[in-house]
Order: sequence, then C-alpha cells, then structure tokens
Amino acid sequence: MLRVENVNTYYGKVRALKDVSLHLGEGEIVALIGANGAGKTTMLNTICGVTPAAAGEILFRGEPVCALLPDRIVKLGISQVPEGRQVFKPLSVEDNLELGAYLRYRGGEGKKAIHNDMKQVFTLFPRLEERREQLAGTMSGGEQQMLAIGRAMMAKPKLLLLDEPSMGLAPLVVQEIFRVLERLRGETGMTILLVEQNAKAALKLADRGYVLETGKVVLEGPADELIENAVVKSAYLGKSKN
Amino acid sequence: MGKGRGESLLVETGYSMQFSQILQYLLSGLSIGAIYALIGVGFSIIYNATGIINFAQGEFVMLGGMLTLFFLEMLKFPLWLAIPCAIAASTAAGILFERLAIRPLRRPTPINLVILTIGGSILIRGLAMLVWGKDTHAIPSFSGDEPISIGGATILPQHLWILGVTLLMVSVNKFYFNRTISGKAMRACAYNRRAASLVGIDVRRMVMLSFAISSAMGAVAGIIVAPLTMVAYDVGGMLGLKGFCAAIVGGMSSGIPTVMGGLILGVLESMGAGLISSGYKDAIAFIVLLLLLFLRPQGLFGKPESERV
Repeated sequence: MLRVENVNTYYGKVRALKDVSLHLGEGEIVALIGANGAGKTTMLNTICGVTPAAAGEILFRGEPVCALLPDRIVKLGISQVPEGRQVFKPLSVEDNLELGAYLRYRGGEGKKAIHNDMKQVFTLFPRLEERREQLAGTMSGGEQQMLAIGRAMMAKPKLLLLDEPSMGLAPLVVQEIFRVLERLRGETGMTILLVEQNAKAALKLADRGYVLETGKVVLEGPADELIENAVVKSAYLGKSKN
Repeated sequence: MGKGRGESLLVETGYSMQFSQILQYLLSGLSIGAIYALIGVGFSIIYNATGIINFAQGEFVMLGGMLTLFFLEMLKFPLWLAIPCAIAASTAAGILFERLAIRPLRRPTPINLVILTIGGSILIRGLAMLVWGKDTHAIPSFSGDEPISIGGATILPQHLWILGVTLLMVSVNKFYFNRTISGKAMRACAYNRRAASLVGIDVRRMVMLSFAISSAMGAVAGIIVAPLTMVAYDVGGMLGLKGFCAAIVGGMSSGIPTVMGGLILGVLESMGAGLISSGYKDAIAFIVLLLLLFLRPQGLFGKPESERV
C-alpha cells in the first residue's frame, strides 16, 4: 500500500532521514520506534508532504506522492494525527470533526454521510459526543488526542499516520487510546503507521516494526521478534526487565 | 482651552440644545464608526488568516468609491448595477494583489510583508490618480438627501444605509465564520496552518479567499460612505488607518470586538470634533491607537494571550 524507497529529507543542511526505506501492506499496523530526534516525525511529515523529501521515492498505491502538497496527499487517502495533537483549539469538537471531512465537503459529499461517520467516531470515543459543543482547547490532553484521531478518521483515510499518540498522557488514557486503535483495525481494517516512543505499547499493537536511529533504519522485523530483540530491549524497552 | 469652549457653549445654548447636539454627534459618530468597523474587520480577516497586516486595505475602500463612480459616469450604469460591479472589480483587484504581490514572495518575513503592502498601497493609489485624476467626486445618495429628524438631531438616509449595510455585513460575516465549512476552515488556518493543511485545507486558497473577502468588505465601506464624504484617489490612506485603529481596539478580532472598536472610535472622533475642536478629529484616532498599543496591546476587550478570530 505504501512504499518508501531510499528517502532523504533535510532540515536546512541537516540530513534528518538517510536513505530510509519502508513499506506497509494493506491492513497492516506498523510501528516506527526510536529515540528522540531519530527522525520518526520527519518520516511522517515527509510522507504527508509537510517536509518534502529531497531524494528518494514514496509510492502510495502505486502512485508517486513525493512532489504533492499536503492537501493533495490527504485527498489520496493519507491522514496524519500530528504530534502534540494540534486540534483547532478555538473551535468546537464538532467543528473539528467537520473540518476533518473538509475535502469530502468540497468534493460534494452530503452532510448526511459525513454526520453518519461522525456518529461512528462517537461510538469509538463516547467522551467526544458528551463534549460535542465544547471548545477543543478546553478539553484534557487525552480527550484532545481522541479528537485528533477522530478528526483524521473523518477524512475516511486508507492510511492513518499516528505521531506519538501517547505523548504526555496518563497510562490509563494511553491504554484507552491503544484499545481504540486495536478496535479500529478490527472494525475497519485500517492501515496504520504508528510512531511511538512508548515502544512496548506500540510493538504490542503492531504487526511489524522499524527501529530508527539518527535518521537511519537500523532494525526491522515482525513486532513480536523486535520485542524480544536484545538491542531493542536494552535501548527502548528498559534494561531492568532483563 | 477646548473644554472652556464647550462649557461656554453649554451656558449659551442651554440644556436641551446641548442634548440634541450630543445626540447629533453620537449618530454621526456611529455611522462613520460603522465604516471604520467594516474596514477594521477587513484588516482582521487577512491578519487572522495570514498574519499579514495589509496596509493596502484602505486602497480597496478608495477603489470601491472610485469604481462605482466609474461605472456610473463612464459606462452610464444605474446605481443599483454600478455598486455590485464596483464590488466585484475591487474584489478582483484584491485577489490579483494577493496573487501578484503576496504569494510570489520568497521570504515572507513580517518586515517584507509590511513593506510590500505599503508599496502596494502606494502603487494602487498612484494608478488610481493616473486613471481618474486628482479631483474629488461626489456619488449620489442611495435614497435621496431628505434629512430625518430624531429627538432634535437630524440624520440623512445615507446614515441609515451605512448602519444597515454594516449590520448586514457583520451578520453575514458571523454566519460565514461560524456556520459554513469554508469559514470554519479559514478559522482553522488562522489557528494552526500546518494542522489545517493536514486535514486537506488548501492554505493558499484560504489566503486568497481572505484577501477576496476583505477587499470586498473594504469596497462596500468605500461605496456606502462615498455619498457623505466624497471620493478621491487618496481617501484610502486615512480611512485605512482609522480602520486599522478599529481593529487594534478590537484586538484584531474579525467579529464584534472590532465592530465595537470602530463604533467607539467614530463616536470619540465625532464628540471630540464637536465638543473640543474639529482640528483634533484625526488626532483622536491616533491617540487612541497609541494608548491602546502602550496599555492594552491585546485590544480593549481581549484577555492577554487569548486566541484570535
């Protein structure tokens, strides 16, 4: 479904991604783990067209997306839940969700279909329905994360990119979010690329994983193998468990 | 000194005369304030969508008036047709300005943008002077010049037009930003451009749209005020600055606070001109502007660091 080949991305003169290649199959959940500054967020932003790649190729369902602007890429079916949630704080929960479906409105899709999808988001996150009229900025971090995921889902993406959904959240909330992602896969068969510092939770959910270190892929493989891998264990899962 | 004059006036004319005069100042202040409000809202819309203070905003006010005159006198259109044509042409000019001047800018730093919009303003004004000359022109009132008496004060039908049209524009604006997907998308852009592009909003389109809306609003302001104040190639500068003051008073909000800012400014101006001296009329706006920038840069109604739009 998604094929990233030898991608290089620069911030000014700094090469943040060095010949990164990865791929996702239909319906797969893939985790991208690594330390701070390893290039995980850059990878997602490169896929989304926010920080375009200087070299390499990105194919989404066979189509090159490297030179496209972010809104075009969303149109093709890739939605990102950005790092730090980035909900539209001065707008209500409902407005945020509606804006998630912005391109569908512009494409002439009726209000009814869109509101049906909103109901689906509400069944996944009942908390959002309770807070429908509330301004997004007044909600807790966990609720904002739910909203950010809901907003991305409103675009009906074929591929969902999640950037650190557990960042800054209480363990219970993190569990809830991961449960929803699990459910999302079960119900919709959504393909998900998940970036996480919480490697354990991410690998538990994922089918496969990639380990990124200073802009390079240093390890890849099935998630259960990565969990057992000594290097991963010592570097990302905490040594004490061993 | 000015105060002394006001007091002697009070002694001479008595209470009832004073009241009707105050009412008179209030009414004319409100109607000119409504114009400032419309211009100010135009400033705020662009500022919120792009972070740019468009110092060329006043020129679209001028274009509204001058183009109406052009369609009336040159093409012999009736007024009801000349007005929408003038609004459409000014809007097109606003879009063109964005496309040709703002969008191609490689490094859109604030200082570059300020210089660019000031340059654009001088260019538009210069072109208007070349095309239409330096004369001051009158535009006929929309529905006659028969004064209407209210509680001892008189106003013209055009004043009612100004207040009515402003009310309409502000309501349409509010509806657009709160009820339509395009308006919500513009607010989303204002708040967080990157997140907006990640949900598929074409940020450049929104920027263009913001220029279109505010040049249209500026043109409307210029058209409805033209029958009262006359119109010339250079009316944009002062009106633009007054509108900017209104936006500052309103904390760069594109809603009610800026409208209030415009009205307050208009009333202060009119009271100041009437009770102190008409020589201070323009100074009042700038004193208000400076005081606010020193004391309450977030606007009269805003909380510090509050979110805009």
